[in-house]
Amino acid sequence: MMLFRWTAALCLLGTLGVAQADARPDPNLARNLAATCANCHGSEGRSVPGSGAESLAGGDKDKLLQKLMDFRSGAKPATIMHQIAKGYSEAQLEQIAAYFAARK
Amino acid sequence: MTNRRNFLKASSAAVGVAAVPGLAGCAAGSRPRGHVVVVGGGFGGATVAKYLRMWSQQGVDVTLVERQPQFISCPISNLVIGGDKTLADITISYEGLRNTWGVKVLQDEVVGVDAASRSIRLASGGTLSYDRLVLSPGIDFMFDQVPGLESDAAQATVLHAWKAGAQTVALRKQLEDMRDGGVYALTIPKAPYRCPPGPYERACLVANYLKQHKPRSKVLVLDANEEIISKKGLFTKAFEQYKSILEYRPGSELREVDAASRTAVLEFDKVKADVLNVVPPQRAGNIAARSGLKLINNRWVDIDWLSFESVNTPGLHVIGDAIFPAPTMPKSGHMANQHAKVAAAAILNLLAGEAPSPAPVVMNTCYSFVDSRNVIHVASVHQYDAAKKTVMPVAGAGGVSAAANELEGKYALSWAKNIWADMLA
Repeated sequence: MMLFRWTAALCLLGTLGVAQADARPDPNLARNLAATCANCHGSEGRSVPGSGAESLAGGDKDKLLQKLMDFRSGAKPATIMHQIAKGYSEAQLEQIAAYFAARK
Repeated sequence: MTNRRNFLKASSAAVGVAAVPGLAGCAAGSRPRGHVVVVGGGFGGATVAKYLRMWSQQGVDVTLVERQPQFISCPISNLVIGGDKTLADITISYEGLRNTWGVKVLQDEVVGVDAASRSIRLASGGTLSYDRLVLSPGIDFMFDQVPGLESDAAQATVLHAWKAGAQTVALRKQLEDMRDGGVYALTIPKAPYRCPPGPYERACLVANYLKQHKPRSKVLVLDANEEIISKKGLFTKAFEQYKSILEYRPGSELREVDAASRTAVLEFDKVKADVLNVVPPQRAGNIAARSGLKLINNRWVDIDWLSFESVNTPGLHVIGDAIFPAPTMPKSGHMANQHAKVAAAAILNLLAGEAPSPAPVVMNTCYSFVDSRNVIHVASVHQYDAAKKTVMPVAGAGGVSAAANELEGKYALSWAKNIWADMLA
């Protein structure tokens, strides 16, 4: 059972993987990128209830990506996210948005 | 990114990784198995312990060895010194790691590492064997660099409070006991040291307390650096707001301490204080130096940035404040947590016979209180550069607050709750 779950999880991550630029995409790339957000937004995008930080898990992928892209372009004002979003490529932000959207 | 495929090939060859057959038609490696021992339960160690369990679906056994019975956070501890929070507010149990994640948490101390046989010796007398070892020992102080501060008696009078816990509470008590009209002097060592903005935040919060409760007192900041080394413009403004009570003296390196009279001896001056708070020069936690790891400047551990593995000791990974930092990378709890995730991912790959991810990313966020409510931040994002074999700050990303503000005061406390949960819950 555990083996099945692990395999299924890896396969799921694989399908979320990079824009298939490589012959062998890194199956954990999206997971690893999304983990950089967890310090403020909670492990797996589930923030501490009542902390005030937005939970990202289970959100709509397109909406989340648009928000990140708006932070990145400066269209959406922020205290800090406009500075952080600029540190990631568009492809990386897409991976992050897809990963959080898949956390149900 | 253009070099990624070649890099992958090269790194796979280097560690002798053959293509592993996929599971159930999915192009992934085999399931990671083994025992990882983590030394140190701070921001780095607690995070790597949890993430190894979480990301392996509890398939990898993890033992965490930590001296203290509970985690006490350095970030937010300046609010305890300023009187806005208590030690209980920054203390968290390891029960979440035990009960939710199945991490075996031992309250013990590592006295020796035998990398050849992959085992460690514990102060309690036992040994533990490991497949991979993670040292997250934080910093130890170089008291030998501060004549007069070597003895236990001197260190009980002249506090550092640069590791949160008993010293945090003791420094608060010294400030409460200080007479109105007394001098609080804080010395800052040359960079690099743990938490670059921390001393400036502490100066602000002590000034904030004294201004309200003992307004004839003085805060003297003796900085070995030539200028404020973090959030300079914002701390300069904050110091302005305390100018009736706070004096900042750059280029003031501590040469010696007379603990009995609480005197800081500088190159051309002596400063007698009522409360003398010395942040001593620092190096990687002693266990790193004792384990035969290659150090840079005889202080910080030299690591491979793809795996956080020591460059001279296979199977031994080092994260957090103890490592020689990549360019512009601060020694912070947030960054230690980020190191931990890169290391956890790399270790799971290695235990499954795969190469570490070739493109790690880490980022830092650091909030500093300038008074009880108003906060300033610095943020940065660092991406792996395959040509330089290190992580480099992304140009144009990151930055600081426009000005101190209350909204970020709320975000700072939210950050604390979430990162503590990310490590320990």
